[in-house]
Amino acid sequence: MIEKKIEVVNRLGLHARPAALVVQKASKFKAEIRLIKDEYEVNAKSIMSVMMLAAEMGSFLTIKAWGEDESTAVEEIAKLFEEKFGEE
Amino acid sequence: MKKFKKNIVWQGIPASPGIAIGKAYLLDREEIKIKEEKLPPGQIQKEILRFKKALHEAKKEIVKLKENIAKKLGTEQAKIFDAHLLILEDEVVNQQVFNGIKEEKKNAEFIYSRIIQKTIQTISSTKYEYLKERVADISAVSTRVINRLLGLKQHTIEPLKTPRIIVAHSLSPGDVVQMKKESVLGFATDVGGKTSHVALLAKSLGFPAVVGLKALFPKVKSGENLILDGNIGEVILSPDQATLKNYEFKKEKLLKRSKTLLELTGLVAETKDKKKIELSANIELPSDVESALENGAEGIGLFRTEYLYLASSDLPDEEEQYQAYFSIAQKIYPQRVIIRTFDMGGDKFAHDQERDYEANPFLGWRAIRACLDLPDVFKTQLRAILKASQLGNLSIMLPMISSLDELLKSKKVLEEVKEELRAKKISFDEEIKVGIMVEIPSAALEADSLAKNCDFFSIGTNDLIQYTLAVDRTNERIAHLYQSFHPSVLKLIKKTIDDGHKNNIWVGLCGEMAADPKATVLLVGLGIDELSASPLSIPQIKKIVRSIEFQEARVLAEEMMKLNDADQIEKLLEEDYLQRFNQENSLKV
Repeated sequence: MIEKKIEVVNRLGLHARPAALVVQKASKFKAEIRLIKDEYEVNAKSIMSVMMLAAEMGSFLTIKAWGEDESTAVEEIAKLFEEKFGEE
Repeated sequence: MKKFKKNIVWQGIPASPGIAIGKAYLLDREEIKIKEEKLPPGQIQKEILRFKKALHEAKKEIVKLKENIAKKLGTEQAKIFDAHLLILEDEVVNQQVFNGIKEEKKNAEFIYSRIIQKTIQTISSTKYEYLKERVADISAVSTRVINRLLGLKQHTIEPLKTPRIIVAHSLSPGDVVQMKKESVLGFATDVGGKTSHVALLAKSLGFPAVVGLKALFPKVKSGENLILDGNIGEVILSPDQATLKNYEFKKEKLLKRSKTLLELTGLVAETKDKKKIELSANIELPSDVESALENGAEGIGLFRTEYLYLASSDLPDEEEQYQAYFSIAQKIYPQRVIIRTFDMGGDKFAHDQERDYEANPFLGWRAIRACLDLPDVFKTQLRAILKASQLGNLSIMLPMISSLDELLKSKKVLEEVKEELRAKKISFDEEIKVGIMVEIPSAALEADSLAKNCDFFSIGTNDLIQYTLAVDRTNERIAHLYQSFHPSVLKLIKKTIDDGHKNNIWVGLCGEMAADPKATVLLVGLGIDELSASPLSIPQIKKIVRSIEFQEARVLAEEMMKLNDADQIEKLLEEDYLQRFNQENSLKV
């Protein structure tokens, strides 16, 4: 299992489009992937769950993954956040 | 005459511009009743399969809609339905449904709708508007699945014999995609917001729409006359003759305007011999951006920041400014926005100090002079601009520069702010361009040295004329002396353009002269690179630019520069303009 803590740095936070991007990306991997914010842990392959996290700019998330491609999965999802989902 | 209530106005949210006048068509969709049923033993696997089949069929429908919209509006708009597919195929939700069927031994539609309702409730209770609007997408998808499960036909809007205004409690993106211009004039819904997918699609497809009317639907009778104004978000029930007439006139006017605009907005402003002139807009509010784009502006040539001060009755703080600048940068991206730093009397910056009386405020402590004296105010503004510059499409323009010294001092302050941001690791556009307003004769005369130290010039003709001719624009008694085409003014304009070009920087003009159709040919002939005017005047200026040849404009400019009588120059330019663009002509271009 691998974990990485990241900050939501795009201005609008994890709104509908970024949420969709995260889910589309996560769904490409075999690994189980979770997003954790405070006490909530959700499946990163589920759009409804990711939207319900309502993570805004400045909030911290942990990406957790386990399975054969866990490290690429975490790296690539973290990259989406770092690159602000191509918004800015 | 029987008393009958007329002209009842309902206020909603303007979702898509345009005016529709016609009879109401009520889209009355009965709420689907879902029964809770116990599954007979041995039916569980079959029920799961039935649910999977419904998902599969719903997917086929959505993919079809997506292809349909991609053909009509392009793939970007079709992405709305990608979101629908993600919702449909949500593995957490669907797994919950499978488990629910297995554990509770109940029918799929009952379990599924219960889980969806719960999700919708959670999302509706967040404080985020953009998430709330996604509820509409979730219900559109779930209705589709439930219809498949119950063997009901997916709702379609029946083709109407005469086009009508659709009134509904709510509509889904799929409904809007299916609307045809022959049968739908526009639509009004009780739910929905400005950024809902329904609103975005209505705009792209050109249906006037008002949403968020709350409780209009139960109040409208089928066939009732309606006026729907998508520009201001109003629906008028049973309008009287006078109101109808008024709106028909309004609609006609809008139509004509949008026709001429449509012909022009997509076109570049270039002369027949392909000399390109950048046409941009002067704006005061971030919300003016829309009007600028509608009128075909290629960017914002002047964003006056004084409104920020006027709107807040106090100096706006950094965050407030940042929000305003960033929102414009985002709205107009990838086009450019030129932000002019505060251009007002120093008394407004230092409002808490005793206001000094100035005998000549236009020659007084204002604009860059005050900014340089009040570095905190100036730095706050520069910091807000830099922070908002991440998209790379902002430029800074300094007003009232009268000497090289002021330019260099201002740039030094800017460097300091940049250094602070770098130290704090706050990102900004390192390549941000800095230009000046050329609006004081000394700046025009010193244009050569100024051009060596900045990235662009924008000529502010209003002040340039006033300062060159020593005429107070607001003094009625000398109004006749305020001559835009005074040879001295034209010489300063020409010198500014020539010196700018000699130093390889572009030169624009953002005063009222940019919007004066008489001046366009002359300015193009003098070699201006950019004209920035109020949004509404842009189409006309573009029309003129597109109808002339750069070579003939140069000849005309040369002729004008030989004259030394302001009235004569103005008269000749006016004649030239009328000759080229008499009524019939101007419509054709």
